[in-house]
Amino acid sequence: MDFDIIFGNAARAGLGPQAAIFALAAIGLNLHFGYAGLLNFGQVGFMMLGAYGTAIVVATWGGSLWLGIPFGLGLCVAFALALGIPTLRLRSDYFAITTIAAAEILRLLIRSSPATDITGGPFGLQAIANSFFDLNFLPDGRFGWGTFSYSSNQLWVMIVAWILVVLCSALVLALIRSPWGRVVRAIREDEDAVLSLGKNTVAYKLQALVIGGVIGGLAGVIDALQQSGVGSENFEPQVTFFAWAALILGGLATTVGPVVGAVLFWFLREGVESFIRELSEQGWLPNALADFLDGAEGAISIVLMGIGLVALMALRPQGIFGRRRSLHLGT
Amino acid sequence: MSNARSLRSVVALVAVAVLSLFLFGSAQAQDGEGEAFSGTLRFGGEPVEGVRISVVGANGEAVGEAVTGADGRWRIELPGPGTYRATIDTDTLPEGVTLRDPERQTLEVTVTAGRSRPLIFALGEPVSRGPNVGEKLAQAVLNGVKFGLIIAMCAIGLSLIFGLTGLINFAHGELVTLGAILAWYFNADTFGAPLILAGVLAVVVAGAAGGGVEFSLLRPLRARRLGMFQFMVVTIGLSLLARHVMLLFFGPDRERYIDYALQAEWTFGPFAVTPRDFTIMALSAVILIGVAVFLQRARTGKAIRAVADNPELAESSGIDVDRVVLVVWVAGAALAAVGGVFFGSVEAVDWLMGFRLLLLMFAAVVLGGLGTAYGAMVGGLLIGLVTEVSTVWASPEIKAVFALGVLVLALLVRPQGILGQRERIG
Repeated sequence: MDFDIIFGNAARAGLGPQAAIFALAAIGLNLHFGYAGLLNFGQVGFMMLGAYGTAIVVATWGGSLWLGIPFGLGLCVAFALALGIPTLRLRSDYFAITTIAAAEILRLLIRSSPATDITGGPFGLQAIANSFFDLNFLPDGRFGWGTFSYSSNQLWVMIVAWILVVLCSALVLALIRSPWGRVVRAIREDEDAVLSLGKNTVAYKLQALVIGGVIGGLAGVIDALQQSGVGSENFEPQVTFFAWAALILGGLATTVGPVVGAVLFWFLREGVESFIRELSEQGWLPNALADFLDGAEGAISIVLMGIGLVALMALRPQGIFGRRRSLHLGT
Repeated sequence: MSNARSLRSVVALVAVAVLSLFLFGSAQAQDGEGEAFSGTLRFGGEPVEGVRISVVGANGEAVGEAVTGADGRWRIELPGPGTYRATIDTDTLPEGVTLRDPERQTLEVTVTAGRSRPLIFALGEPVSRGPNVGEKLAQAVLNGVKFGLIIAMCAIGLSLIFGLTGLINFAHGELVTLGAILAWYFNADTFGAPLILAGVLAVVVAGAAGGGVEFSLLRPLRARRLGMFQFMVVTIGLSLLARHVMLLFFGPDRERYIDYALQAEWTFGPFAVTPRDFTIMALSAVILIGVAVFLQRARTGKAIRAVADNPELAESSGIDVDRVVLVVWVAGAALAAVGGVFFGSVEAVDWLMGFRLLLLMFAAVVLGGLGTAYGAMVGGLLIGLVTEVSTVWASPEIKAVFALGVLVLALLVRPQGILGQRERIG
C-alpha cells in the first residue's frame, strides 16, 4: 500500500483540468441556483454546446479555433434563451425537469446518425485544439513529483483553466454585489415583492440563466481543448449531478464554494479510486474480494459519492462553507 | 439528538447496501479473451467461403480483416473497447450471392471491454418491399400502447409521491431497474425460478425497499423540515448509489429472462403481437384499472387523494399522513418494479434501463399533470405512443427526443398538464 501514489493521484486530480472544468460548471450553477434560485439540472447541456460548438467550427467547417470558442458560447446563449423564455415563468420543479430533459434531447440529437456529418455522431470530433497548444510556451517534459505530475500540455490547459476560474468567480462576485445582483437575490427570496416594485423578474432570471450558462459553456470549451476532441458520452446527465455534488460540497451561494467543492470532489474521487486500485493489488486480500474490486473502483467511488450526498444533506445541508440561513430560500 | 437520528438512517442505508452485497453474490462481467468481432456467413443454409471482411476504427484506421473459412466462420481481434465499422467486401461474394439489405454492407458497432460481438451480414434475396406505412403505423401504435402502459405503471408512484410530499424522486428509475434485475437473479441467474414467481418476489422486495427508504431515511428528514432542494439532492444521491451498486453486481451487459424469450406472433389484421407482449399489455391494463378502482373506492385510496389535494386539511381531519405516504412509497415502488419486470421481458435487463426510463417518466407525469395518478396514466400512454409512432418516420435512436419534445411543448401550452389543476403550477 503506497500512500504516496494514492495521495499523488488524488492531488493531481484535485488540481487538474477536470477539477477546473467542474469548478467552472459549478460557478455557473451557483449563479443559477445559489443566487438566482433557478434549479438548473441541465448544466451539462451548456457544457456540451460550448464543447461541440467549438469543435464543429474547427473540425467540421475547418474554421479557426478563435472563431469556434465564441460560436460555442453563442450557442449557450441561444440555448439559455430557448430554455428560459418558455419555462422561467413556471415553478422551479418544472424548470428542473425541463432543463434535464432539454440537455438529454440535445445529447441524443448530437449522437444520432443523421447528425453524423456535423457532429461526428457516436464517433465525436477530434484534433481541434492544435492552435491552442501552439501557444503553449512551457518546455516539454513532466512537471511535478511522482504521480503528482502533469505533462507540459496538461499544465498549459490548467493554467488557462484556473485563470478562467478566478476570472469567473470574480465576475460573479462583482455581479452579485452590483444593483443587478441585489435584484436577483431578492427574486430568489421573494419574487412577488420584487414584482411589486416594478421589476421584470423574468428578464432578470433570464439574464442570470444566460450568464451562468455561458460559464458552463466555458467549462465545455476547456474540456474540448484538454482532450482536443469531443464525444457525446462525456455529456451524460450524470455530469450535471457531479457538478451539483461539487457545488453542494463546497457550499451554495458562496464565492469560494464551487471552486473548493470541485477541488475536493476530484481529490476525493480519485483518492478513493486510487486507494481501491492499490488495495486490489495487495496480496493479502481474499481472492474473491480482490477480483471484485479489480476494475470496479469507478463504480465504488460513485456509490460512496451517493452515500456522501445523502449524509451531507442529513448532517450538514449547507455544505462546508455554506451558511444555514440561505437554505430555505429559493425553492 | 437529530444528528444521531440521521446518522442512524445513514448507517441503516450502508447496512442495506452491504447486505445486498452478500445476498446476491458477484455477477461481474468476467474478462474473456479480448474484444473481437466474429460471425458465420451462410447462404441458403450453406456456409460461404472466401469472403473478405474488414474492420476500421473510429478514426478510419484499419484494424484488421478476415476471410471466411470453409465453415463460413470469421473472426477479427480488436485492439480494445470502442466503436468500429465492419465492412463486407461484396466483390468477394460468390456468383449469385448478394447481401439481403445492400445498406447493411457496413455495420457500426460498439464493443465493451472483454466482449466478443457477433456480427450478422445477412445474405440472400432482397426482402420484398417491407411493410407499407399503414402496416408500420399499426405496429407502432401497438408498440406505443405496450410501452405506454409500462411507462404509466412506472410513473404512478413518481407522480403520487410528488403529489403527497412535493418530492421529485430522481431515484424512481432505480426502483424499475431493481425490479428487473432481482427478477433476473431469481429467474435466470441463481435460482431458476419461473419468471412469474421471480417477478412476484422481485416486486415484493422492491416494494419493501421503497418503503424502507421512506421509513428509515425520508420520514426522519421530513421531520427536520429539509427544503425541496435538499430532498432532490438526497434522491440524486440515492439514485447514484443504487445504480452503481447494481452495476457492481449485475455488470454492464444486457441480459434476458429465460422464459418467454422467443415466441411466434399472433396476427390480428395489421397487428402482430407475441403472446408474451399481449399478456403484458393485458396485465398492465388490469393493474392500472385496479389502481384507479383502489384510489376511488378504498379507504386508503381516498386518503391518498385527500393528502395529495391538501395535506394539512387531510391531517386535521384525522388522516395519518405518514402512513399514507408510506403506503404510496411501497405501492409506487412495487408498481415501478412490475414495470421493470415487464420492460425487461419485452426488451432486456440492464443497469441503466430505469435511468433511461426516468426522463420518459418525467415527461409522462408533467404531461399528464404532476401529482395525480390518472395524469401519470394518460401521460404515460401518450409518451409511449409518441415515441413509438415517431419511429415510423424518424430514426429509432432519437425516439426519446420526440417524447421530451412533447414535454417541452406541453409546458408551453398547458403547464399544469392534461389533468392537472391550474393552481398547482403556482
